[in-house]
Amino acid sequence: MADGKEIRSVLATDCGSTTTKAILIEKQGDEYRLVVRGEAPTTVEAPFEDVTRGALNAIMEVEELAGRKILDGEQIIMPQAGDEGVDVYLSTSSAGGGLQMMVSGVVKQMTGESAERAALGAGAIVMDVIASNDGRAAHEKIRRIRELRPDMILLSGGIDGGALSHVAELAEVIAAAEPKPRLGSDYNLPIIYAGNVDARDVVEERLGKKSSLVITENIRPVLERENLMPARHKIHDLFMEHVMAQAPGYKKLMSWTSLPIMPTPAAVGYIIETIAKQQGIEVIGVDIGGATTDVFSVFQEVFNRTVSANLGMSYSISNVLAESGLNNVMRWVPFDMDEIDLRDRIKNKMIRPTTIPHSLAELKVEQAIAREALRLAFEQHKSLAVGLKGVQQERTISDAFDQSSSGQTIINLKTLDLLVGSGGVLSHAPRRVQAAAMLVDAFLPEYVTKLAVDSIFMMPQLGVLASEYPKAATDVFEKDCLIHLGCCVAPVGNAKQAGQPCVTVEYNLKGEHVKKEVSYGDIALIPMERTDEVEATITPARHFDMGQGNGKAVTAKLTGGVVGLIVDARGRPYKMTTDSTERVQRLKTWEKELKLYPEQE
Amino acid sequence: MAHAYTPGLRVTDKTIIQRERRLPLTGEVVVKKGDEVKAEDIVARTNLPGNVQIVKAASILGISPEDINDVMVKKKGDPVSKGEVIAMTSAFFGLFKSKVTSPVTGELEEISNVSGQIILREPPIPVEVAAYIDGWVGETIPNEGVIVETTGAFVQGIFGIGGETTGEMTVVVGAPEDELTGDMITKDLAGKILAGGAYVTYDTVKKAIDAGVKGIIVGGFRDSDLRRILGYDLGVAITGQEHIGLTLILTEGFGRMSMAKKTFDLFKRFAGKKVSINGATQIRAGVMRPEIIVPLGERYSEDLAGREHVASGGLGIGSTIRVIREPHFGQLAEVVELPPELTVVDSETKVRVLRARFEDGSEMLMPRANVEMIES
Repeated sequence: MADGKEIRSVLATDCGSTTTKAILIEKQGDEYRLVVRGEAPTTVEAPFEDVTRGALNAIMEVEELAGRKILDGEQIIMPQAGDEGVDVYLSTSSAGGGLQMMVSGVVKQMTGESAERAALGAGAIVMDVIASNDGRAAHEKIRRIRELRPDMILLSGGIDGGALSHVAELAEVIAAAEPKPRLGSDYNLPIIYAGNVDARDVVEERLGKKSSLVITENIRPVLERENLMPARHKIHDLFMEHVMAQAPGYKKLMSWTSLPIMPTPAAVGYIIETIAKQQGIEVIGVDIGGATTDVFSVFQEVFNRTVSANLGMSYSISNVLAESGLNNVMRWVPFDMDEIDLRDRIKNKMIRPTTIPHSLAELKVEQAIAREALRLAFEQHKSLAVGLKGVQQERTISDAFDQSSSGQTIINLKTLDLLVGSGGVLSHAPRRVQAAAMLVDAFLPEYVTKLAVDSIFMMPQLGVLASEYPKAATDVFEKDCLIHLGCCVAPVGNAKQAGQPCVTVEYNLKGEHVKKEVSYGDIALIPMERTDEVEATITPARHFDMGQGNGKAVTAKLTGGVVGLIVDARGRPYKMTTDSTERVQRLKTWEKELKLYPEQE
Repeated sequence: MAHAYTPGLRVTDKTIIQRERRLPLTGEVVVKKGDEVKAEDIVARTNLPGNVQIVKAASILGISPEDINDVMVKKKGDPVSKGEVIAMTSAFFGLFKSKVTSPVTGELEEISNVSGQIILREPPIPVEVAAYIDGWVGETIPNEGVIVETTGAFVQGIFGIGGETTGEMTVVVGAPEDELTGDMITKDLAGKILAGGAYVTYDTVKKAIDAGVKGIIVGGFRDSDLRRILGYDLGVAITGQEHIGLTLILTEGFGRMSMAKKTFDLFKRFAGKKVSINGATQIRAGVMRPEIIVPLGERYSEDLAGREHVASGGLGIGSTIRVIREPHFGQLAEVVELPPELTVVDSETKVRVLRARFEDGSEMLMPRANVEMIES
């Protein structure tokens, strides 16, 4: 560790389920920059069963590419001496299925939801929420706990000084289930109790002997305040001590790192939180993987994360179809397809997840499914990012009652400043404009929103780095991690029919006056480079709003990117035609305007 | 790139097969190392803790939880029968009685004077683990299970539903491109494992279930039929727990797809033999594919041990491959060129490619990720 000294270089790895990625960051002049990245297959499973093997292989690739020595045999040289070694080594991990938790609270919509948010914020997948009022009989809850075998349970319930009986009931249900941990049977399941302080003895009596019980501060000490941080920290500690320590090779890996290993999603959340705080902006980040899709957001300075465990582009691709329905997928496909054939194609991708779209038609179908996966994951996010949120948010008693019954989402697309996409289907789309189109179609941003993608998925490593070295992390995040696609301008409202006036965008750029009128139902792409920044006047038509009321012009700062400026005049809320001929026609028009695909079909 | 191609599924006529047979909890191993076992033989058994029933006694009796111990008829640890009174209050010199009866037969495990609940546990549930394959006990894992081993033919499918079963291998079609049709299902196929060709429909599978067939192995099956047979849309490929009446294994994929000739020939060669099959599939980290095992009644040999590990070399010029994505899905081809540089394909994706020559002599560039090797 650099002990507050200035660091010259950082080596960071992210041990994923299939691939271990390593990056090397070095100080160049006044700023930190990414130098190279390497990758190698993760080696948690047989025949290697040692995660450090894959990490070393990835680091060796970094050595080769950077042309300098980092390893001395199988040891990382730390601190940097001359041109050899690095000052800091850190790692994240999601290998072995990540952190899988079950949470429990007295009232599902109150302490249950708070517990769920605490676990998600700590980077966990929440397998189930057990609550006194979840509608299941005690024996059903017990069977569920036994079947799921979580890595850890977070038990909450009651405000401080409240009744003990419900918390006791929950503890009794968990004790009766005699839960066993997922990995290994030679240790007790970690349970974190973060509920009513007065019930600590009651919980200890019931669960103390049957589990590794850890007690921490109440996540809901009073009705109108959440206090998630202590529970989140305990989850991280136990993740390291119990879950990670069971995974092959992790004890060795933990001894190498300068900072504790973080679960990958927790680290991604941390970098997004850091950026939002530093720049004072509202952000949504999405990471769409093969099996899961994570959504992160910061609104009103409150961080939220959700993970949609079964929405993804390979292992879970069939589930996207099952959850969204065929019609919702087809509304993004610019040609007609036989349903039976489409179903078989999607299933074949599921059972052979490493295959990639060869033909253009296959790519279009995959990107259509991605739009639906993103949309569904965002819907789930909106439903959990509600009302009383995050850390230390004060509300009145009446607000607390209000949010528990109605739960208004705090996600507001009108105030969203930056939308960042990550994951293969977005980061590796053959054309960047395809990533922009997928993000716009799935999230339907309103007013003015910046779009970006994570170039090589290094947000996890930057997240851990940010916890101790925020400057290094944000330098690299801005310069090397994000690829700025450009801005999206989208007026809110709808006209009676396509072709009616919707919006006019005007600005001066490099001595030229640009004026673009876009009709309702159309999309326009205006070139604007990454370094371009303009003060634009955006005038919506009579039935449209850009933030100042219907028909009122606004001025906004627009920045460019590798795609340019997208003016989306398809209206909000967005309505897609149900007529299939018209749908195909419209999609083709938009494709052409955005130059989404090569023109061969 | 780490994996430039998907390693092929195993299709081999003779190999060493070892299967771990483990209890979910510790228990008793009932066979010894070296014992000969049949697939149906029990090798280990244990008792799972019984189901738990919770009775909210205090609220039923209308008393405070802290008074619960005063009204208990049964004590902690007592055996109870279904319907038996476990707690009771009485008022007016016994004229008015409120009772709590046990909903199950078992044991009274806990009385909580905080929640007012009574926890009852049903008798333990016996669990037995069978050998699954005909063979020998190669090793015992004390209190947990055994490793059963044999030599045999081994075929991996790509996807399956339904769990472990055994039966006689019966090839019911003439060629790998034939469809397994309803008229081929006859009463005498009860208890058999059927190997078909390219395709089977929902109606035929239903007919086979009715006839008592234990397993079907075919090249392809429609997803729309899968949905009908399961009664729901399968979202994630984690299977093996379905109870549709038989085990179904696909060797190639979804849709109509000829079974690989090598696989088909192997089934024909072992027709009449007892086979063990398992449809369990898990496509995530720790991939599990469905399997067909034909035990050959020979014990482990050093000779075979060496041969076992020769299996996967790399993809090279002359390798036989199968295309596993559209276009040309399912077709066999030979690798004629492996260009080292990244190449842009029709979808504009930049990938590592190979040039493949199909059986009709035509050639095509395709992503290496979209082929699998046919191991010889």
